[in-house]
Amino acid sequence: RLPEHVQVDDPAALKKLAKKLERQQVPLRSDYGYKVSLFSHLHQYSRKSPPTLQISIPATVIHPSIVRLGLQYSQGIIAGSNARSVALLHTFKQVIQDYSTPPNEELSRDLVNKLSPYISFLSQCRPLSASMGNAIKYIKKEISNIPSQCKEEEAKGKLQACIDSYINEKIILASEAISKYAIEKISDGDVILVYVWIHSERKFRVIVVDSRPRLEGREALRRLVKKGIRCTYVLISALSYILPEVSKVFLGAHALLANGYVMSRVGTSQIALVAKAYNVPVLVCCETYKFCERVQTDSFVSNELDDPDDLIVTRNGKSHLENWQTVKSLGLLNLVYDVTPPDFVDLVITDLGMIPCTSVPVVLRVKNVDQ
Amino acid sequence: MPGADKETELSERIEAFLSELKRCGSGAGSLRGSAETARETTSLLRRITAQARWSNAGDLMEIIRKEGRRMTAGQPSETTVGNMVRRVLKIIREEYARSRGSTEEADQQESLHKLLTSGGSSEDNFRQHFTHLKANVIEAINELLTELEGTTDNISMQALEHIHSNEVIMTIGRSRTVEAFLKDAARKRKFHVIVAECAPFCQGHEMATSLSKEDIETTVIPDAAIFAVMSRVNKVIIGTQTVLANGGLRAVNGTHTLALAAKHHSTPLIVCAPMFKLSPQFPNEEDTFHKFVSPHEVLPFTEGEILSKVNAHCPVFDYVPPELITLFISNIGGNAPSYIYRLMSELYHPEDHEL
Repeated sequence: RLPEHVQVDDPAALKKLAKKLERQQVPLRSDYGYKVSLFSHLHQYSRKSPPTLQISIPATVIHPSIVRLGLQYSQGIIAGSNARSVALLHTFKQVIQDYSTPPNEELSRDLVNKLSPYISFLSQCRPLSASMGNAIKYIKKEISNIPSQCKEEEAKGKLQACIDSYINEKIILASEAISKYAIEKISDGDVILVYVWIHSERKFRVIVVDSRPRLEGREALRRLVKKGIRCTYVLISALSYILPEVSKVFLGAHALLANGYVMSRVGTSQIALVAKAYNVPVLVCCETYKFCERVQTDSFVSNELDDPDDLIVTRNGKSHLENWQTVKSLGLLNLVYDVTPPDFVDLVITDLGMIPCTSVPVVLRVKNVDQ
Repeated sequence: MPGADKETELSERIEAFLSELKRCGSGAGSLRGSAETARETTSLLRRITAQARWSNAGDLMEIIRKEGRRMTAGQPSETTVGNMVRRVLKIIREEYARSRGSTEEADQQESLHKLLTSGGSSEDNFRQHFTHLKANVIEAINELLTELEGTTDNISMQALEHIHSNEVIMTIGRSRTVEAFLKDAARKRKFHVIVAECAPFCQGHEMATSLSKEDIETTVIPDAAIFAVMSRVNKVIIGTQTVLANGGLRAVNGTHTLALAAKHHSTPLIVCAPMFKLSPQFPNEEDTFHKFVSPHEVLPFTEGEILSKVNAHCPVFDYVPPELITLFISNIGGNAPSYIYRLMSELYHPEDHEL
């Protein structure tokens, strides 16, 4: 089944979505600005018009902490797949805490139904990431597995414990395991290029590559400087200049697709490409909970379009793109993700060990068998 | 004395030109295009030829070489200055040879045969005096100036041969040559242009607004999305700051990434460069190839706490090797990168490569 957020150009799908949201009493968010024709199948929202504008306070159907979470997503306050998943899981814990089974209903079925409008609302605020999708699948499975004889308090406690263990195992401990593996790969005196950040300690120099418009590298830079690591900072356009100095490239991933492609921040595929041209090894760090069964070969079919106004910049008091809306043939494209082909990636470091990119479906199969 | 006045006026002009050059190199692209610089250099050289004191070609060449060295030292990255000086030197040699009556062929070819059979240097000192040399040289420089005026139009005229309808063309930053090229094609054909903004100066924004005013469907993308959208691009057309002697480019930063992405997708990379950008330099000189500007553009001073502990770099140029380039379009037509060495031998004399 095709997810809704890649069918924006299909009016029938849009009508279906509108009906479903009306039924769940979730506001529908409208697209903003001129969309580049190549991407007319995706949404493009503006940060200035959050979906919470249309909700009455206090919200009757949607839990207030979900509203807050949605707002944090849409404004970009919580960003990055790990942060988003952890925030989502914490909020679900809160929701479960406040939940009380209505009479004549079973917790295992009713709670799942209660969660659906919340999930629709969150995906209106910002399309769900692969990691969030996996987390939600896990929770729904856990909820439906609650035996009907279980008392409410006990069930709630069990669910909370499940969520806690998921966060602990899949996210926190996974990152530590990845760091341990990654450290083995770093030798003294190495010069490492990072695009999304990573934590570890050894004597090495780090080059942080950043890109407009998000400039997330600056946060990474601050953390690294605090740890006392010698750092260099460049923009992605200076990549060819800086790569001859680099011994290894570490990249983060948003999701790993079943055909071995790495989906991550836009610009990652470019770094992998240029690193390959200079024969620099590329290592991707990714927790297993981000592996997903989707397949994708290019960055167009499924992506996210961020607020196009982010590209506007004011230099020397002049900003050329200020009135881009008024110009008919001008469009701004602010992509969030791109896919890196597996031939550019030399190694993927996961909490299960170090695997090549092509072993992703094997891991997925093993995980499914476990569950 | 009228002579002294003319000389001081001349040196004043040269000084003014030098200070303009030094100021312009602040890295926000050039405040003036390379075509303007080329024109100003050539008119200045014409003025020097007209007003300076010289009695034979050798003297004139010495004077021009001296002034040329000063001008290139003022802004080493602006190679058009040096290129124009070399063109003028070649003009002087040609006119001298013509006045002497010897055929031009014999002087040109630096062949192995000539080296072996000439036996000792047969160079003449250019010391003979010819009365009409000054007028001839000035006329030839005027021709050069006319050629310079027409370069952009010559390049734009070839646009329709290279752009078909419903194409998606990608470009980076802002190049006046490419802008004129695309606008000329847009008069007859409909196509789509994607402009990479080229941080940190974001000159791509200006290019995009200018193109969209001519009703060309334009999209601005951040540099990070170059590889992501490359699979839908049919052609990449870029401008450059300099064309190097091996057929490579010294272009704005981010161009190498663009060229690699185009190669990966087998998309043709077309460079629109007028002939005055062709320079006899090779890219091996590590120290002089790159130019850096204030890292404030990359990491602003507002990030005070980390600024002192971090190295930030802001290079202006990128080297693009000739294997990644498909075609050069210049005012004399289209050429492959492997032909550049030949064009160079026609434009410049080998002894002038080092000013």
